[in-house]
Amino acid sequence: MAPRKLYGMPLSPNVVRVAAALNEKGLDFEIVPVDLRTGAHKQPEFLALNPFGQIPALQDGDEVLYESRAINRYIATKYTEGPELLPTPSAKLEVWLEVESHHFYPHVSPLVFQLLIKPMLGGAADPVVVDKHAHELARVLDVYETHLAQNKYLAGDAFTLADLNHMSYLFCLSKTPKADLVASRPHVKAWWDDISARPAFQKTVAAIPFPPSA
Amino acid sequence: MAPVKVFGLKMSTNVARVLVCLEEVGAEYEVVDIDFQAKEHKSPQHLARNPFGQIPAFQDGDVVLFESRAISRYVLRKYSKSAGVDLLREGNLEEAAAVDVWTEVEAQQYNPAVAPIVYECLIHPAMFGAPTNQKLVDECVEKLRKVLDVYEARLSEHSYLAGDFLSFADLSHFPYTHYLMATPYASLFDSYPRVKAWWQGLASRPSAKKLSADMSF
Repeated sequence: MAPRKLYGMPLSPNVVRVAAALNEKGLDFEIVPVDLRTGAHKQPEFLALNPFGQIPALQDGDEVLYESRAINRYIATKYTEGPELLPTPSAKLEVWLEVESHHFYPHVSPLVFQLLIKPMLGGAADPVVVDKHAHELARVLDVYETHLAQNKYLAGDAFTLADLNHMSYLFCLSKTPKADLVASRPHVKAWWDDISARPAFQKTVAAIPFPPSA
Repeated sequence: MAPVKVFGLKMSTNVARVLVCLEEVGAEYEVVDIDFQAKEHKSPQHLARNPFGQIPAFQDGDVVLFESRAISRYVLRKYSKSAGVDLLREGNLEEAAAVDVWTEVEAQQYNPAVAPIVYECLIHPAMFGAPTNQKLVDECVEKLRKVLDVYEARLSEHSYLAGDFLSFADLSHFPYTHYLMATPYASLFDSYPRVKAWWQGLASRPSAKKLSADMSF
C-alpha cells in the first residue's frame, strides 16, 4: 500500500489534529510540507487535493480527503487497531465532537493564532482579539468543567475521538499566556493531564517543530 | 413509540436542520417552543438539556442531546433503515467519507460565509431592529463567492455534494440557504447555474416545502 501522506505544515494545529489520530491508531505516515508562507496551499497541485486551499489534506491509498474532522472520522472508522475512537452507542460522543467544532474551536483557534502563530510570523498579538476570545473560551470551559466533573472523558468512561479532536489546540494553548484557562479549572486540567500523557500523543508532540523559546 | 421532542422554534435555522432530517425519515416528532423573550433558553430546565443555553435540544426517551448536527446524525442513524433512506452512507467507507467531508465543508466553509449575511440582513433587523453591518456583509459575500466557485466545480462532476446521491451533507445546507434566498444576495446564485439547480432541487423536496412554510422572520 502506498504510504499515507499528510499534507500541511507540521506546526499547524489542524494538521496535528490528524497526526494525533494517525498515531493513536499506530499508522505510518509522512508529512508532506505545504508551506503557507509561500502560498503553496493556493497552487494547482494542492488545490487538486483540497479545492478550498487549506491544510491538512490526507492521501490514503486512492482516497484523498480534507477537513481535519472528516479525515479523523475516516481514520477512526477504517482502522480497527488501537483504541476504539468512535464506539457505539455514540449519541453523546457526537454531541461533544460538535461542541469542539462549534464552541471550543471558534475561540481557541484565534487565541492560538494571535498568541503563538502571529509572533512566529513576526507579528504582534492583538490584545482586543485576545481578550474577546479568552473571555468567550472561559465561558465555554466552564461548561466543560461541569461536564468533566461528571464524566472522566467527554463521551463518558472511555477516551474517544471527542477528546482527541481537542488535543492539538489544547497543546498549543498550553504554550501561551492563556494556558491558565485550562490550569485554573480542576476537572478540565485533570482531563488534559490524563489525555496529554497518552503515549501516542507524546509521539505526536515530539514531532512538532516548536521554536526553542516556546 | 412516543414522538421525539425537538426543543426550539420552527423558524430557527439550526432547529430546521434537525427537522429536515426528521421529515426525510418520516419520524414522528413534536416541536416544543422555547420562549426567548422570557429567557427560557437560560432556564435551569433548558440548560439541563443544552448547557450552552441554545436551540435545538432533543429528547428521545432517556436520550437528551444538543448540537443540531449531532442530533441529525442520531435521527438519521435511528430511522434510516425503517424509512428506506441512506443519508449518511455508513455502510460504505468511501461514500461515508465524502458525506463527512462535505458535512464539514458546510460547517467550516459555507456556514461562516452565509450565516452573517442572514443575521445581518434578516434576523437582526427583524428581531432587534438592528442596522445591517454592510462591511461584514460585503466581506462575507466575497468569502461566499469563493466557496461557491468550489461548489460549482463539484456539482459539475456530481449531482449532489457527496456524490451522485442525496446525503446529510446536502440537507445540512437547507436552513441557512432558505434564508439567504430571502435576502438581496439570493441573486448570487444566478452566477452559479449548477449550484442554483442543486438548491432548487433541495428546496422543492416535500420536506423542505413543508418546513419552509414556518420559516420566516
